[in-house]
Amino acid sequence: MSEPAANYRVGDRVRILDIGKPGHVRTPTYIRHKTGTIERFCGMFENPEDKAYGRWGLPPIPLYRVQFRQDDIWPDYDGAPGDVLEIEIYDHWLAPAGEDA
Amino acid sequence: MMHNDDHNHDHDHDDHAPTREDDDLELTEGEARFLALKSLLIEQGVMTADEIRARMEFNERGSPHQAARMIARAWVDPAYKERMLTDTKAAAAELGIEATEAALVTIENTPERHNMVVCTLCSCYPRSLLGEPPAFYVSKAYRSRAVREPRKVLREFGVEIPDSVDIAVHDSNADLRYVIMPMRPAGTEGLSEDELAALITRDSVVGCALPITPD
Repeated sequence: MSEPAANYRVGDRVRILDIGKPGHVRTPTYIRHKTGTIERFCGMFENPEDKAYGRWGLPPIPLYRVQFRQDDIWPDYDGAPGDVLEIEIYDHWLAPAGEDA
Repeated sequence: MMHNDDHNHDHDHDDHAPTREDDDLELTEGEARFLALKSLLIEQGVMTADEIRARMEFNERGSPHQAARMIARAWVDPAYKERMLTDTKAAAAELGIEATEAALVTIENTPERHNMVVCTLCSCYPRSLLGEPPAFYVSKAYRSRAVREPRKVLREFGVEIPDSVDIAVHDSNADLRYVIMPMRPAGTEGLSEDELAALITRDSVVGCALPITPD
């Protein structure tokens, strides 16, 4: 898990894009347009969204775990204020918070 | 079968009716394709039926006991616990467990935070450490609700997490696979590693349960 390819650092605020990519993509609908915080850089991985269709998924792309406050995902969330959700997001679905897609 | 008339059944024999229709009379399209491909591979001498069977057996070799052994070791050996949290695959290998997942992560429950895992997209699961996922894990109900109302879902599993403890839901949607390390229950100080492992259930490693408390 080498660091150089990472575009975001732990603690960076990011927004999940809705890039309109069809097929077996790995960013579920519920998290698109939401703003969270980079929890860790997971390393470089072959792009599973390409591998799902018989391609090699190369070159590998950066993968991050992003943490969201549950209250920021679901307006009517019923739980503790500190409840969070963490999810893996590939680089091409991310933008710095505040920037539009 | 011998039948004893004094035998006082407190249940009806209908209880033994099949819980679902026998489903092997007609093949689905996928099953038909699998069988056709398998026959061809065998006929053409590419592989043998035994090799195919052995591979299926290998794929299903995982069992919750593997993860339980690792967690029990972590409970008694702080240095091992640190290694498991840092590099779960290497920690598995130390106990002779071959983890075939590309990337495994162990996440520790603490007095401040309870963790649970869901794969909202399909059924990603640390199979080499836990075996095949339970039916609830692949159900659409769990996959949609665990991210949306985790406390309610946990309550349905019989787990009440007080509001003073945060819940972190981990969506296993991509390349990492997750092992939850539950907290060691109170009153287990005198137990051996094997006895501790017996307290660690499959669901407690998914975060949908707590380990068994010895009485």
